[in-house]
Amino acid sequence: MSFIFPKWANTLPLKVAVGAFLVANAAGAGVWYYLTPKYTRVGYTPKQPIAFSHAIHSDQLGIDCRYCHSAVEKSWFSNIPASSTCMNCHSLVLKDDPKLALVRESFQTGRSIPWVQVHKVPDYVYFNHSVHVNRGISCVHCHGQINHMEEVQHAKPLSMGFCLDCHRAPEEKIRPVELVTQLDWKGAVNGKQLVHDWNVKPGQSCSTCHR
Amino acid sequence: MANAASMPHAGIPAQHAPEPNAVPPQIVVADPPKGLERQPLVLNGRSLGSLTDSIAGICEGRMPIWWWPAFIISAGVMTMMATLIAYLISTGVGVWGLNNPADWAWDITNFVFWIGIGHAGTLISAVLFLLRQKWRTSINRAAEAMTLFAVACAGIFPVVHTGRVWFALTPGYLIPAPNANYIWPQFRSPLLWDVFAVSTYGTVSLLFWYIGLIPDLATLRDRAKNKVRGFFYGLFALGWTGSNRHWSNYEKAYMIFAGLSTPLVLSVHSIVSFDFAVSNVPGWHTTIFPPYFVAGAIFSGFGMVLTLMVPMRTLFKLEDIITTRHVELMCKVILATGSMVGYAYGMEFFIAWYGGSPYELYAFKNRAFGPYWWAYWSMITCNVISPHFFWFKWCRTNMVFVFFASIVVNIGMWFERFVIIVTSLHRDYLPASWGYFTPTWVDVFTFVGSFGLFMTLFLLFIRFLPAIAISEVKGVTPQADPHHPLGGAKGGHH
Repeated sequence: MSFIFPKWANTLPLKVAVGAFLVANAAGAGVWYYLTPKYTRVGYTPKQPIAFSHAIHSDQLGIDCRYCHSAVEKSWFSNIPASSTCMNCHSLVLKDDPKLALVRESFQTGRSIPWVQVHKVPDYVYFNHSVHVNRGISCVHCHGQINHMEEVQHAKPLSMGFCLDCHRAPEEKIRPVELVTQLDWKGAVNGKQLVHDWNVKPGQSCSTCHR
Repeated sequence: MANAASMPHAGIPAQHAPEPNAVPPQIVVADPPKGLERQPLVLNGRSLGSLTDSIAGICEGRMPIWWWPAFIISAGVMTMMATLIAYLISTGVGVWGLNNPADWAWDITNFVFWIGIGHAGTLISAVLFLLRQKWRTSINRAAEAMTLFAVACAGIFPVVHTGRVWFALTPGYLIPAPNANYIWPQFRSPLLWDVFAVSTYGTVSLLFWYIGLIPDLATLRDRAKNKVRGFFYGLFALGWTGSNRHWSNYEKAYMIFAGLSTPLVLSVHSIVSFDFAVSNVPGWHTTIFPPYFVAGAIFSGFGMVLTLMVPMRTLFKLEDIITTRHVELMCKVILATGSMVGYAYGMEFFIAWYGGSPYELYAFKNRAFGPYWWAYWSMITCNVISPHFFWFKWCRTNMVFVFFASIVVNIGMWFERFVIIVTSLHRDYLPASWGYFTPTWVDVFTFVGSFGLFMTLFLLFIRFLPAIAISEVKGVTPQADPHHPLGGAKGGHH
């Protein structure tokens, strides 16, 4: 046999194998961590046209979620309030504050405030807000502690796995309907009893959410 | 025999005592009668060194003139396929002619066609090895290479027919891996079994092929005239020195891979047939499919082996190594498997009638006499009639005839898959949705392009690797047989 390779090449296959193993694992772990919604969506905090604080309105002042998102119990869609809703108070409170100029302009012209949507499921997902809040699934489960946020942030991954976790074990999340908008509520409840009494049967087939 | 003849008959006194100084009688072993003698597997008493020279010489010297136009055309055709696939992915599967009710057409036809072709390589490399069929050594290397290239061609079609091909790599769609969507493939679907069957098949075939290559790569390394060749052949020869230990490990590994590959010969195409047989479509839902598909796969595979080998042995002057006997034996395999395929065609019709299901019977009548009658009768002509020419020795030994017959076999087997897929689908349960599938130009040229890929890979294989297993062929030469007059034990050529 002719000598083609220098002596140090003897250990090279082992080094290459170990290196390839490490690189492959690092790549797998990287994909696992960085390319899933837990990383790509959670923490998304777009700059909004108006520095609206949920912490002030909801936590400090105690306004119920449904005062503004009024359709959430009746509709699949949880509406963004019209600027007239804002003006219910702000025609009196801070009525000349320059930070609210856009609200007043919108109210006068009828053009919408260009809010940036934070929570969005894909078009092929049919999510219905009303069916969830009317069966004791709180806002906090999908939106996090909005009532403590100065700026709205994407708090949960909202991946399909995230939905299925709850659809497979609704008793862990369910609560009395009147407590749905109490985002800080930490009480105990017999979830299994509620699931039974309200005949909650969250579907797990594809057509539950994809029609 | 010689011993018995020299013994005096017991009880009868010898008629004359042997003279003390007589020359001992010469023992003459008569040649077996000419009609019974088997032709050796390597002809013209080729020495071991000359075998190495003529096989290794192919990939060491310059390629003959014809190689270049062949390669340029093949590579061009392959590039055309790549372009058409890019067009398909960027536009959508609508560029193909398939649509309701024939949602599978040329794509899956081509897939089954190519995957079937691969089977001859595995049969030759694994089954014939375990059955001690020594004639396999002259053709196994190229047949296994053909298997790999056919699997590569086959793999393209199911992947691109999904349209959004990137999902093929997304965990949860084809690959069962935990993912944020909690999606898992449907484990009860034969389409998923197919993913595993084909990928296992490709992997095992590649490793088997590579293990068999190692001693020959070392030969090429040692013969290398320049550093670059020495480096690359040396790299892949994995430090082979030809020591006893290396050979011992090699033989064991080869046996293990032959054992692993043998069930794959049967399983892969059985599972491919499940893609159809597990469904409820009349014309697909039959239990004969697995053995029928396996026989058809080996039939078409040997057809393709002959299509490649017959020109190769002439162009590279390998007639001493790939002898007429090899070609004849392959023709006999084609005759046997072709007869099985013909039997399956008949049995399908019998069961369609005997089973008493009017839908099943309709599907088969429609197959032969419906709008696709021309495809059905092309298939029958190519697959049922043409192999029976190989009953005649003239047909098995005339290389021009064998070459064209092998092409006819592959045309027939392509039509078989087309007939099974399209004629069963185009008239499904609702007569209102019946239709007629017509391929588009993209369909046609993508299929043609897959031949470009296949031939490009095969031409590169001939260019860079020994197309015949040098070390194994030496083992079946007359010289390697200790009982042969030329064999080493009797002082013949070493």
